[in-house]
Amino acid sequence: MPDPMQKILVEEPALSRCLKQAEIDSRMLAMIIALIAIWVTLNFLTDGIFFTARNMYNLAVQSSVVGIMATGMVLVIVCRHIDLSVGSLLGFTGMVIAFLQVHVFSLGAAWNWPLTILCGLVLGGVIGLWQGWWIAYRGVPSFVITLAGLLMFRGAAYLVTDGRTVAPMDKTYQILGGGIDGSIGALWSWIFAIVVIAWMLIHCMTSRRSCIKYGFKVKPMWIQILLLAIGAALVCGFVILMNAYHKPRTEIPRGIPVPVLIMICVVVVMNLLTKITRFGRYVFAIGGNPEAAELSGIHVKKITAFVFMVMGILCGVAAVITTARLNAGANSMGTLAELNVIAAAVIGGTSLAGGQGTITGAILGAVIMQSLDSGMVLLGISSAMRQVVIGTVLILAVWFDVVYNRNRP
Amino acid sequence: MNQTPLVEMINIHKRFGGIHAVKGVNLDLYPGEVVGVLGHNGAGKTVTIKALSGAIPCDEGEIRINGEKVSIRSPRDARKYGIETIYQTLALADNLNAPENLFLGREIMTAYGTLNDRAMENEARKVIDRLNPNFKNITDAVKNMSGGQRQSVAIARAIYFNAKILIMDEPTAALGPQETAMVAKLIKQLKSEGIGIFLISHDLHDVFDLSDRVAVIKNGRLIGTRRTCEVTKEEVLGMIIMGRLPETA
Repeated sequence: MPDPMQKILVEEPALSRCLKQAEIDSRMLAMIIALIAIWVTLNFLTDGIFFTARNMYNLAVQSSVVGIMATGMVLVIVCRHIDLSVGSLLGFTGMVIAFLQVHVFSLGAAWNWPLTILCGLVLGGVIGLWQGWWIAYRGVPSFVITLAGLLMFRGAAYLVTDGRTVAPMDKTYQILGGGIDGSIGALWSWIFAIVVIAWMLIHCMTSRRSCIKYGFKVKPMWIQILLLAIGAALVCGFVILMNAYHKPRTEIPRGIPVPVLIMICVVVVMNLLTKITRFGRYVFAIGGNPEAAELSGIHVKKITAFVFMVMGILCGVAAVITTARLNAGANSMGTLAELNVIAAAVIGGTSLAGGQGTITGAILGAVIMQSLDSGMVLLGISSAMRQVVIGTVLILAVWFDVVYNRNRP
Repeated sequence: MNQTPLVEMINIHKRFGGIHAVKGVNLDLYPGEVVGVLGHNGAGKTVTIKALSGAIPCDEGEIRINGEKVSIRSPRDARKYGIETIYQTLALADNLNAPENLFLGREIMTAYGTLNDRAMENEARKVIDRLNPNFKNITDAVKNMSGGQRQSVAIARAIYFNAKILIMDEPTAALGPQETAMVAKLIKQLKSEGIGIFLISHDLHDVFDLSDRVAVIKNGRLIGTRRTCEVTKEEVLGMIIMGRLPETA
């Protein structure tokens, strides 16, 4: 009976060879295919409502809050920790932002809303750092600290205004939430598309040049061009879709929503952090083997505390978008958001054992979950049933991961 | 020998709570020499040497490098003095690849302050090729590599940074005969370059063949140090098990 392992090694399928040449992670590809499959199915089930510009626009905005926090959660989970407090942090920093904007600073002043945003981000960072200090320097497990944070900061959110909702927010500030005026319009959306495509071209060329300089193998030209073409098509398709959604009762295209732009900026920054900084490298090293990291001279404690600080800042960003979208500060904002954020990161390929995970994967995970939720809403499925379905999807996604890793050499 | 010792460890003590693990051990190492540190499990040999590698700073005692007193409180301090360690567990991050592990903590940066992965891969390939010419796939994650390949990465890490003092903790424990021979060849070559090597092991036979001197530690104390050409394996065994010094010539 031929050894099955032997067979796998000998017959490497053509597709996998192709993927390796293009250097596309096959798990990422599987996620993209799953997303497309979900979209196509939902579109069919909702008689074409799912693919309307209006629905996709709203989908994009709704994914952004979870997506932004999920990028931070990837780093937390990669270094073998967890952060259960993100929803409460969102609520608390959101309440403080709203309170400062409406009751403390003079509403309508030009410096008001930028200052409150700064305060919110700093507050998020400080709380994150505080939690990180307990975890890294005092050795209390992150599960416990962040569980305490979940309870404490939800309470604190209530205490800011004794439970009263704070509204309305500054008119300019509301743009950040992606409402009627919360998008950048057709012109700027196309400018954005051109900038992105130009960046893709430049990155491709410099990468090729650097490979040749060091004598490494370069991807075959046709694959490179194909990938660029696909990328450009996706960017243009996205912009066309966002432009197709018009402002109410007008022909004015909305363009890319501001929260999505913010999410894209966050994704770019977090990706850079992960891939080209020492900090990112060390987070992954700590996740892979904390002892080896320590012996290599890495300041494990400092880096761990910083990871939680970054997570806190991202919660602040998410709070800004949430309060802007609600046009209010409500102390229930972000309740149970941590579960969606962790699920997004995990569906996106982040392993709870640590050491593995990608930022792009987390965004895909957030979009997949939001698509399912949004599709089910369109189908009139109750909130309770939706929870059952999302939970099931989470199990399937992680089980898929377990099987996938088991079968690799 | 009349030259200054490369390393002198004088009166090293280490306590873990109530346990006095290392009780006043003295060790020295001369350039171009291999000193085998032997002892049974729990004798204190690893803790003593970890005082030198910075992994477990000592409570009392003095360490001198080339005659000068130094303070080693962390692995970074040790690296500063040219001390590199190849740990028994290899201390590699499984999710990273060979170049990333090799340069962990000491990455090559670009002019903009970002990681220069291409340069690191280039340099890693050069040094790993010297050690193990069959090892091609250095950009795979370390967890997918064989024991010998992982060992090559750990050794490459130590020699790339021009160690003057190399500590090898159970270097041949997980290796087959071909790889053990490769390690032996490497040790001979490093000796000829004037590098001093501490070899920790419980395998008497391997250590005896590779070392110039052996130091035996039992229950936290140094039993004695002897030149391998002046003792037999049985006498050393007696030192390890019974703490009995051989009759001196």
